[in-house]
Amino acid sequence: MKVLNHIVAAVSIGVSILFAAPNQTWAQTKIGAVLSVTGPASFLGDPEKKTLEIYVEAINAQGGVNGQKLQLVVYDDGGDANNARTFATRLVEEDKIVAMVGGTSTGSTLAMIPVFEEAQIPFISLAGAVQIVEPVRKWVFKTPHTDRMACEKIFADLKHRNLTTIAIISGTDAFGKSMRDQCVAVAPKFSINIAHEETYGPRDSDMTPQLTNIRNKTDVQAVVNTGFGQGPAIVTRNYRQLGITLPLYQSHGVASKQFIDLAGPAAEGVRLPAAALLVADKLPDSDPQKLVVVNYSRAYQQKTGQSVSTFGGHAYDGLMILVQAMQRAKSADKVPVRDEIEKTKGYIGTGGVVNMSPTDHMGLDLSAFRMLEIKHGDWTLVPDAGS
Amino acid sequence: MKKRRVGGVACSPDWETIGGDGARRIDPMAEFLQFAFSGLTVGAVYALVALGFTLIYNASGVVNFAQGEFVMLGGMSTVFLALAGVPLPLAALIAVIVAVAIGLALHRFAIEPARGASAVTLIMITIGASIFLRGAAQIVFDKRFHSLPPLLGADPIRFDGAAILPQSLVVLAGAAIIVALLWGVIDRTLLGKAVIATAANRLAARLVGINTRRIVDFSFGVSAAIGAIAGILVTPITLTSYDVGTLLALKGFAGAMLGGIGSAFGAVVGGLLLGLLEAFSAGYISSNYKDAVAFLVILAVLFIMPRGLLGRAQVERV
Repeated sequence: MKVLNHIVAAVSIGVSILFAAPNQTWAQTKIGAVLSVTGPASFLGDPEKKTLEIYVEAINAQGGVNGQKLQLVVYDDGGDANNARTFATRLVEEDKIVAMVGGTSTGSTLAMIPVFEEAQIPFISLAGAVQIVEPVRKWVFKTPHTDRMACEKIFADLKHRNLTTIAIISGTDAFGKSMRDQCVAVAPKFSINIAHEETYGPRDSDMTPQLTNIRNKTDVQAVVNTGFGQGPAIVTRNYRQLGITLPLYQSHGVASKQFIDLAGPAAEGVRLPAAALLVADKLPDSDPQKLVVVNYSRAYQQKTGQSVSTFGGHAYDGLMILVQAMQRAKSADKVPVRDEIEKTKGYIGTGGVVNMSPTDHMGLDLSAFRMLEIKHGDWTLVPDAGS
Repeated sequence: MKKRRVGGVACSPDWETIGGDGARRIDPMAEFLQFAFSGLTVGAVYALVALGFTLIYNASGVVNFAQGEFVMLGGMSTVFLALAGVPLPLAALIAVIVAVAIGLALHRFAIEPARGASAVTLIMITIGASIFLRGAAQIVFDKRFHSLPPLLGADPIRFDGAAILPQSLVVLAGAAIIVALLWGVIDRTLLGKAVIATAANRLAARLVGINTRRIVDFSFGVSAAIGAIAGILVTPITLTSYDVGTLLALKGFAGAMLGGIGSAFGAVVGGLLLGLLEAFSAGYISSNYKDAVAFLVILAVLFIMPRGLLGRAQVERV
């Protein structure tokens, strides 16, 4: 019973319960999703799919939206942008969806944008890159924070500690490269001086030569590693192996328990920006996101038996923003729903507080990220440096 | 650069730090040592993979691109057996046996039935096998990265300003022992003579009573075992996941080519050299171009010495 209460609570945050007349429930609102459920991005797409399924079921159990049940149509693009585009066309032409949540990776999303722009269907992407909402496209929105925000969060923290000269070591994969570019772009805004740069291949197994070079730069005060996968764990290990004592920052790309497990004792003292969802239990009760993230992680863990990830949270936010917009619009028509999505204000989700506008189709600010420090093999919240 | 006036003398901040903060400036020798150890550790793995290539190539003429998957199988099986509660030494032993069994199966069920086929066909079969093994590993194991505890502790040994992980020494020692054992078996036993005979001429070997199928079986099994042992030894340093094999196969193959395909000693030299090249170009030139530099050197070497550093002269029999 307690479980059910939590699910009900989680849903009722987003859904004001409408008691639809029973004979009305035949009408259905079709929502589409193209996710990378299998393939290299499956660790993103799999929790997204599960989250959408859990919450569509829960919403329908409450009577659906505006008296209509939701019907979720999910296709798996296997991490291939070409497939994503084919499925997007199928969703538009055959399934006749009214709105779209999903597009796991940036590549898939960018491939699908023209389809939904042309068909004029609201499209809430779950991918990271800032290019999805910059420049603003009329029908395209996104829920995850961007790597630029992660850089800004790190730089704000550096500034707070009076560290101004840094070295960047980045992975040469798409994620590492993109974040490195964003960090270089926003560094002047925080008067951060990037004194030295190194790179490593995504599958490299030893970064001591690069780190030795960083160690030899005497003016460097802190090191930022933009990367994803196992690379940052090896960087962290090599960093301690060489006895470097400068503060080390990792990216939100490795904000998972797995990073602590892989890097082991070397992870001690590493700082990184991460979504509130990861530290749901450690948030103070006064935190506006506390209720949402705790409810979502409980519901997800209960239903799937897996620990929660930020990626599933992005899907939760996308679905809830859409559902709320439909409720405010009192219809599932594409134009009013799009307009209402754009008017989303003060939506408290797992990714942060969302305030969209005609010029901002993501609506998150730096408060969406929390600065974490790894202490005794666990996350601890670093008091906010301000932004 | 901002110049500051201190007591009437202009000096740049850079100059001050060189004099002031001596602890963080390490001497060129220590730097060299650090790069060398990094290169030797990575190179030892390349060398073992290259050795696996060479063994199978010699006995059967097949370039086995599934060689990297044996490394993955060794590491991943050990990790998952250990997670299931099997003591680490036993887990490692079972992992090697699993890899050997898969190596034998690869020979019996994929290579042997296509024995008459061309070299390109055989290479395609091994690439197919490697894709299959990777896919199976995704399902049997998982898609995450894993590590193993190091054999001799995680505290780095400080040596003349360079920091070396004890596990690196374990990897190097392991590679040395494998190479020595292999050399002993091939050079000093009847079995070894049979392997050499099969490599030289399969038909002639069969005519003098050597069971060549057994010999090729043997080389596939030993290759798999070497790969698996390499995988187990390096996992504490490099971590492992279902897809580590692809890149290792490529690097190992490059090492084997550099050393001269077909020469066991050349494979070891080539692998180590490739690792060192990568480490030194990352350290002294630029980490952006480290793979490019390594492959440029290989191209240059192969241009001058087409059979590799220690390759045997190929004699066309008429």
